[in-house]
Amino acid sequence: MLEQLQKSFQKVIDRFQGGRLREEDVREGMREVRRALLAADVHVTVAKEFTDKVAARLLSAERLQGVSGAQQVMAAFHQELVALMRSDQAPLPKHPRHPMVLLLAGLQGAGKTTTAAKLGLRLERRENRKVLLAACDLQRPGAVDQLRALGDRLGLDVHAEEPGPGVDPVGVARRALERARDQRYDALIVDSAGRLHVDDALMDEIQEVAAAVTPDASYLVLDAMTGQDAVESARAFAARLDLYALVLTKMDGDARGGAALSALQVTGRPIAFLGVGEKPEDLEEFDAERVAGRILDLGDVVGLVEKAQEALAEEEAALDYEKMLSGRLTMQDLLDQFRMMKRMGSVKKVFGMLPGMGRMSGLLEQVDDHRFRRMEAIILSMTPAERLHPEILDARRRRRIARGAGVDVADVNRLYKSFQEMKRQMKAMRKMMTGGRSKKRLLRDLKRSGQLPNLPGYPSN
Amino acid sequence: MVFARLRHGLGRTRNRIAHALRRLGGDQSTEETLETLEEILYTADVGPLSERLLEEAEAELKSGALAHPRELPAWLEQRLAAAVRGPEDGRPLPPAEHRPTVTLVVGVNGSGKTTSVAKLVHWLQGQGRSVLVAAGDTFRAAAVEQLGVWCERAGVPMVRGAEGADPAAVAHDAAQAAKARGVDDLVVDTAGRLHTQKNLMAELEKVSRILGRQVEGAPHHVLLVLDATTGQNALQQARRFLESVPVTGAFLTKLDGTAKGGATLAVGEELGIPVLFVGVGEGLEDLEVFDPAEFAAALLAPRNEPAET
Repeated sequence: MLEQLQKSFQKVIDRFQGGRLREEDVREGMREVRRALLAADVHVTVAKEFTDKVAARLLSAERLQGVSGAQQVMAAFHQELVALMRSDQAPLPKHPRHPMVLLLAGLQGAGKTTTAAKLGLRLERRENRKVLLAACDLQRPGAVDQLRALGDRLGLDVHAEEPGPGVDPVGVARRALERARDQRYDALIVDSAGRLHVDDALMDEIQEVAAAVTPDASYLVLDAMTGQDAVESARAFAARLDLYALVLTKMDGDARGGAALSALQVTGRPIAFLGVGEKPEDLEEFDAERVAGRILDLGDVVGLVEKAQEALAEEEAALDYEKMLSGRLTMQDLLDQFRMMKRMGSVKKVFGMLPGMGRMSGLLEQVDDHRFRRMEAIILSMTPAERLHPEILDARRRRRIARGAGVDVADVNRLYKSFQEMKRQMKAMRKMMTGGRSKKRLLRDLKRSGQLPNLPGYPSN
Repeated sequence: MVFARLRHGLGRTRNRIAHALRRLGGDQSTEETLETLEEILYTADVGPLSERLLEEAEAELKSGALAHPRELPAWLEQRLAAAVRGPEDGRPLPPAEHRPTVTLVVGVNGSGKTTSVAKLVHWLQGQGRSVLVAAGDTFRAAAVEQLGVWCERAGVPMVRGAEGADPAAVAHDAAQAAKARGVDDLVVDTAGRLHTQKNLMAELEKVSRILGRQVEGAPHHVLLVLDATTGQNALQQARRFLESVPVTGAFLTKLDGTAKGGATLAVGEELGIPVLFVGVGEGLEDLEVFDPAEFAAALLAPRNEPAET
């Protein structure tokens, strides 16, 4: 019991001493995050810019208990990544003309034709819009047939023209739009040929196709497995087209999808849809939480830190450190402490799996302890007055409490003794820490010492 | 020069790298040099392997094997070339003892399998070999038509099944036909499949098994088509395909863009799969036999096209 309480004190001291995240925590967490981003194929420069920017903000953050500083930093990066990837923009344009025109562009093999079919199916089934697909990929042999076959299979109308002299993508797109207007389609989806972003002639062409049909939304279709090159191609397409959003395909594989972040950063456009399978229904709306989580792959750490954050919030509400240091500790404070530690116990297993949890583990060993629950029961059997003023606990009160908690009076006595011991220690500690300073002065000094020194290369706040 | 086309393709991407390397010409500290190289490697999709390479580089400097950071780029070029093998004796797809030599072409969706099959056929013909093609992608709509167009252009026979047919049945028929016609080579195209899809990987195993039943030792060559724009997932793809079929080499596609295909290095280093061919364009003849030294040099060499500087 005593050991237990000492550890609790240690936490209080930690809180003051390490009140802010230390520079080395931030640096360590940042290094881990950067490594994760690079392994996920986020572009080197994008990864660096992102981590630098966030790190600067983190330096002033308050330190959490129960996790290492570096872990807290990693979780903060995760939050920032989610925020960065999240967008308010609807996946489809809000106020399109009639018919709505959507253009799909991208590199070869990105999955444009499949996406065109999936998007068409979604519009017909979910939005009840009559869709016409335009087969404007006259480059790849069989591409027109592919879209036609997909249309047949899914019951979607396709505007296709046999490739040949005089038939060019711009013309096909224009005639498809005319047909969509004449035959009262609600939406036209233009599938274009895959093209290398360095192929000037084909990049001119996609620009001409866009000019011919003036899309309500142009989507860049991007393979989730793309590496560093995502930056180059996304930038090139964004320079030629007024992109509305990105579509990330092949997310049913095991690629981490860092290309999404690269493309999002260089185009400034959000991700609208995810391709998640071979079936025509396998098109989902983008979910920032999920994709960010996949890119950073820090699930365990993030969950852990979230729990610590919750615990912190409650702990803060429950514990008044000034009061504790002054020695005015009550049974209620003790109860709140117990409860907080119990909640931490629910993540005991997770703690055990993580490095750097040595000091916490001793504390956690006792969390589920039978004795521990018994002490909680004892405090719960006290009246509010008894909890706030334990000194009124006479023999009669103790007997009543013991009955209420289903324990022996000796147990109540033991708790009371521990409580007194804890109070004494608090006072001793206060003396040790204050060195005669006033409480106000002490708190101010501690806060100040918890701040970071100004280090070269790192903004102080 | 054999690699001129690849060099040209790679050239576009070397802008930043060349710039970074030029910085190395000055009096840079070891740390600065390593940082520059790190950026070069990561930008080229070499990925986490970069860290190991840089540690090695540092060790070379510490041990005195390299006298000056200036020597690092040359060392790195050699190291990269050593990470990935090319075809043995520079001759990819050697003929099997008995005809036909069977080559199975596999890869994820959109990596460029069908186009690569067409180029391969053209290349084999150039070697004076007669070819028959099996249109084994019965899944993707009109994939058979796409391959049919190519085969027509190349003037080679193609065995096809109906859309949705069992690809193993197509492989079976094609093997029969190849034997009956006495062609030198049978090239089997397959549907793109993500390596994470167990049933499709099992299907691939079946195709391979059926080929082995029809022709002794077949498939003699299994070519994994890797997209040069793919990042670190390339290693994962190679690993999983290798679990299903005996991959004997890689075909690196789309090297005519700005991607450098550095992820292939990890594939070579970790799995020892050689790269046999690279694809550098959309035409039938846009194929090169892979050469590690040329590849490494092209990856790191400063740009030489003045128009694009």
